[in-house]
Amino acid sequence: MHGEAISELMGFVFPNEQHVTWTVMIVLYPYITGLVAGAFIVSSLYHLFGQESLKPVARFALVSSFAFLLFATMPLLLHLGLPTRAFNIMITPSSSSAMAGFGIVYLTYMAIVVVEVWFSMREEIVGRALATTGALGFLFKALALFDLRVDERTRALDHKVVRFLAGLGIPVACFLHGYVGFLFGSIKANPWWSTPMMFIIFLLSAIVSGIAVLILLFYVISWVRRVEVDAPCVQTMANFLWGFMIIDVALELMQILSIAYQQRAEWEALQILIEDKLFWSHVVIQLLIGSLVPFLLLGLNSLVKLRQRTRNVLIFSSSVLLLIQVLAMRWNVVIGGQLMSKSFRGYTSYMPGLWDHEGLIVAVVVFTVPFLLLRFFDFMVPLFPSDSAIGKGRPS
Amino acid sequence: MSDDGRDPRPEGLGRRDFIKMGFVGAFAILVPFAVRAAERAPYRREDYTWGFIVDLQKCMGCGACVRACKAENAVPDGFNRTWVERYTVGRDGKVEVDSPLGALNGFPEDVPHPPTEVGKSFFVPKLCNQCATAPCVQVCPVGASYAAPDGVTLVDRKRCIGCGYCVQACPYGVRYIHPQTGYADKCTLCYHRITKGLPTACAQACPVGARSAGNLKDTTSRIRQLLNSSRYGVLKPALGTNPKCYYIGLDKEVV
Repeated sequence: MHGEAISELMGFVFPNEQHVTWTVMIVLYPYITGLVAGAFIVSSLYHLFGQESLKPVARFALVSSFAFLLFATMPLLLHLGLPTRAFNIMITPSSSSAMAGFGIVYLTYMAIVVVEVWFSMREEIVGRALATTGALGFLFKALALFDLRVDERTRALDHKVVRFLAGLGIPVACFLHGYVGFLFGSIKANPWWSTPMMFIIFLLSAIVSGIAVLILLFYVISWVRRVEVDAPCVQTMANFLWGFMIIDVALELMQILSIAYQQRAEWEALQILIEDKLFWSHVVIQLLIGSLVPFLLLGLNSLVKLRQRTRNVLIFSSSVLLLIQVLAMRWNVVIGGQLMSKSFRGYTSYMPGLWDHEGLIVAVVVFTVPFLLLRFFDFMVPLFPSDSAIGKGRPS
Repeated sequence: MSDDGRDPRPEGLGRRDFIKMGFVGAFAILVPFAVRAAERAPYRREDYTWGFIVDLQKCMGCGACVRACKAENAVPDGFNRTWVERYTVGRDGKVEVDSPLGALNGFPEDVPHPPTEVGKSFFVPKLCNQCATAPCVQVCPVGASYAAPDGVTLVDRKRCIGCGYCVQACPYGVRYIHPQTGYADKCTLCYHRITKGLPTACAQACPVGARSAGNLKDTTSRIRQLLNSSRYGVLKPALGTNPKCYYIGLDKEVV
């Protein structure tokens, strides 16, 4: 069997480029990492920058970041040609490779998040350790590192450590995601990727997706617990979402504008890529539905006096659209960059299979697991502060 | 003569003479091999910098190189370590490029334009460009892609994790992830052959001598002589990869 039957080709494509090497798994990887970085930044807005209205969601944001982080490497593992050698990237890294720094960046960030989660949850863990007996009680005691003291002094210390780590975590979170953008931006062979703006666009879209997913979860959990959604909290998140999405989309447009205006040799080929191969995913979904509509909706929400019910509809639908926008952006970068042949004379096509080991079902499962994990974490230790409406509305 | 008038030695060839002659004969047979072995000094990597030269004015697009490479290196279906492109430039300047199955069976179909509308048409073989500053080597996270001391870019299959970053980084599209084994694969310049003094499989199969690997360090080598006497180009020079695959008679349409 020859490969030519698999992909629909247009123009002349180099023989080895008829198959897309980086699949939907590599779309998912920067998407999940983006949620990690974005969610962390929301929690830091409260812990570090005094956004008091974000208190109900701050700890939840931090734990969400942790849940996503645990699964950020899963798509990579599924993608590797030789997954049993995955750890070689950490054991025998090559110093000249941008990818080789991954282990260091990932583990550093993981360490910060784990410690920050622990300190921010310590009081609750101790509470559960004192309230439960038997094996579960022992587990909580172990989780509390067998130090069950809670008083003003320990609270102050916990708070201090969390603040410090929130500060330290911001540059590391930025680095983690900026770094993912750099992996693409540093590939000079690919004109669709090769731009120094790539890392900053990745970073901003990460923040957008992180805030959007928290808003979405906050609404869903409020509805499930039958409590009124905390209006000041979502409003603050919505304002930040609007601000960050404006910068993000502006930069995305600037990037294309600058390539187009420079009119380099490869622009002719890129123009066809955008207007033909990526018309739906880039022009329609990423730019029109994913960017323009939420920009207008969130603008309306921020600038016009509205009833809370209307606001909820605007904020919720904008968050959904922006989550789709960022996913589309990841798709357009990762897949789009591979659709155009390096011959600049042709295009291939790609559609993930349903049941392949790098297919859609696996992608959905990988993306769903962090949410289930989050539910499990909340079952173990309450993630919302008990003095907030959403914390009081717990069904258990 | 002995007293009884008989020759003490038997008639004809004696045993001693036979053994002597045997030694002499064996020596005579082995001498040329010994001389050849002495001539071929052991391969010293530091004496070589391998490059590749393609004379585009000679290539006739038969695809023998592609078939030889496939057979020699067990290249999987749907992928190519080397391939041949056909450029057809119409009288109106419109360019069409094709390479059916990488020219595994040559070019069974005629050129896309009717013959009267064809301005010019030519073939361009492609293979690993053996870049002096190879982006694939730079990006490999585990050092599996490396430049050997003799200038050949190779993949260490025992180290490769199959991440595909090198496939993305190569501007010439010569790399692929092997569909059965999962590691990155590409043209090795027939390293197993050139280090034994043999030509690459593609060069040996080429009926018109359009392509060959050679030692750039040796001023008397064919590649050096051709580079000194012809005008040539490399692919995508602006990317700074410094390819060591040179094309004589390169057209501006070729990327």
